[in-house]
Amino acid sequence: MARLLRINTRTKKAVFEDQSGDYSGLGGRALTSRLVRREVPPTCHPLSAANKLVVAAGLLTGTAAANTGRISVGGKSPLTGTIKESNSGGTFAQKLAKLDITGFVLEDKPDPKAPHQTIFITKDGVDFLELPEIAGLGTYEASAKLFERFGQKAGIMVIGPAGENSRLASAIMFTDPKGNPSRAAGRGGLGALMGSKKIKAIVIDAQGGPGQSIADKEAFKAASKRWAEILINHPVTGQGLPGYGTSILINIINEAGALPTKNFRSGRFDQAAQISGEKMVEIINQRAGIAREGCHAGCVIQCSQKYCDENGTYLTSGFEYETVWAFGSNLLISDMDQIAMLDRLCDDLGLDTIETGTTLAMAMEGGIIPWGDGQAAIDLLKRVYDPADYLGVIIANGTAYTADALGVDRVPVVKKQSIPAYDPRAAKGVGVTYATSSMGADHTAGYAICQNILKVGGDIDPLGKQGNVETSKNLQIATAAVDSTGFCLFVAFAVLDTQDALEVIARLISSKFGITFTVDDIGRTGMEILRDEYSFNRDAGFTSVHDQLPDFFINEELPPHNGKWDFSLEELQKAKVES
Amino acid sequence: MRVQVSCFASLSGFTPPDGRMELDTGSTPRDIIRKLGISENDVKIIFVNGQNAHADARLSDNDRVGLFPAIGGG
Repeated sequence: MARLLRINTRTKKAVFEDQSGDYSGLGGRALTSRLVRREVPPTCHPLSAANKLVVAAGLLTGTAAANTGRISVGGKSPLTGTIKESNSGGTFAQKLAKLDITGFVLEDKPDPKAPHQTIFITKDGVDFLELPEIAGLGTYEASAKLFERFGQKAGIMVIGPAGENSRLASAIMFTDPKGNPSRAAGRGGLGALMGSKKIKAIVIDAQGGPGQSIADKEAFKAASKRWAEILINHPVTGQGLPGYGTSILINIINEAGALPTKNFRSGRFDQAAQISGEKMVEIINQRAGIAREGCHAGCVIQCSQKYCDENGTYLTSGFEYETVWAFGSNLLISDMDQIAMLDRLCDDLGLDTIETGTTLAMAMEGGIIPWGDGQAAIDLLKRVYDPADYLGVIIANGTAYTADALGVDRVPVVKKQSIPAYDPRAAKGVGVTYATSSMGADHTAGYAICQNILKVGGDIDPLGKQGNVETSKNLQIATAAVDSTGFCLFVAFAVLDTQDALEVIARLISSKFGITFTVDDIGRTGMEILRDEYSFNRDAGFTSVHDQLPDFFINEELPPHNGKWDFSLEELQKAKVES
Repeated sequence: MRVQVSCFASLSGFTPPDGRMELDTGSTPRDIIRKLGISENDVKIIFVNGQNAHADARLSDNDRVGLFPAIGGG
């Protein structure tokens, strides 16, 4: 029987329970969102004792099926006030699964003056430790000390100075197979929620754990084999992503006129080639970095990398398109090393790179630092290390907060979460997702860039309205389901184009659990997740007026195509599963 | 007529010198792909002036053409 671990952060008591009743058969986002819906009062303050931080492995995590090592982190978002599921790579999920723990919940909260604790989970149980030597440290130094103490086979989830001080843009960082804390549950400020529970790090050592049992081993093995073939044979998951990483998108999104430049003033950046995936690979190869790496064992897509500075020393990894955009064209910075340093600083401080990039744009709008000045951006971000530096405090609280502090009215957020790396006026399907997702602006929640620009899974005009609401809705349902399996979302590129892919996923789940799980059940799972999420948001006070993009997208044309955002509230509501 | 041509990712080595090509009136992206010696199967996405276009679309003077293999990310 799958187990759920409840950890009371005030009393320091940990209790295992069978995963039954309402939670039976759920993994990943299905479990985090169901638990938050059932147990967290929607109107509670996100940093109060009533909120809970839920961490869950997916249904297939810990098995030999490829690309199933992702983790879901949920709670009521300190940034948005909505429900939140943030998804990350790293080694942690597979270790949880090896200990036969589907997920754990951090509950209650200690006295605000209490020191931060580290939780250590092994096959023998759960320990609380007070480790003053990692207090206030960046995630790189903290995780190095934790590996030293707990051994190199540990997996770590850790917050940086931003999360310890409950700043709204904080991420939770996870260590990758090389031990670098470069994988992030970035969006929605969940690092602040972990910090409010006074937990600096959770270390897991799965040695001696029982592992995952498989009900029908032969059927599972056959389905796994076909699953790996599907991923390896598709040109995106088999060639494009391994070859260039996610920054392969810079040039094509720029060419499509949808690369947000200077805080969403243009869809083209004249220096795009300098920050492209092609350029990144060229630099990596010159400096003896590594152009393809996986974020977890069993990944066949390998979109990560090792990016070194000009001396050949490791600087960062998990260096994504979204990050390159957020600090690149969004701020008019074209120096890849400066962008890499900003990524490294975010990972170390424990900040979401998307939210932080758009926040630095607010600082540029407000005249705090000049547009395009990468060194000034680096110096400003470093101020977040000092919890008493008030400008650092403002910056670490994200885009909407910084805009308010500086009197800026050009604020690219939905439900206070910043809009990522595709201008919605030139990629309207993903714009529908930004407006209507249960998470605030989030490209991953329904990635219509596939149909709008990449011609994967269909071909929908990115500049017109036709088909974009339906496409976003269908993708939001499918994505919720994918996020409950432990699959990396990038499997979707292959799944959307491969006839038998959904059937293979259904067979993997059926044979692992010894149940009959059909393709229809995949869609049903997605809809149930969205119902939990939308109904939570409704009870938290969100209405249809919150499901719209900021005014400037409606009022201003975006060059080069000169389109505006033109969906009404009524049209947008049709993208939501009824709750 | 002259058009601006860029090839990306695994096709980037096919970008013509100075990024421009002289073509006959009425030429199409397919003509460009052939002239550059690219295998048609390797081109998944064609942009003309920032919009998805068919390989047989008729090009005009000063058009901006982008050729891409299959690409994904995010």
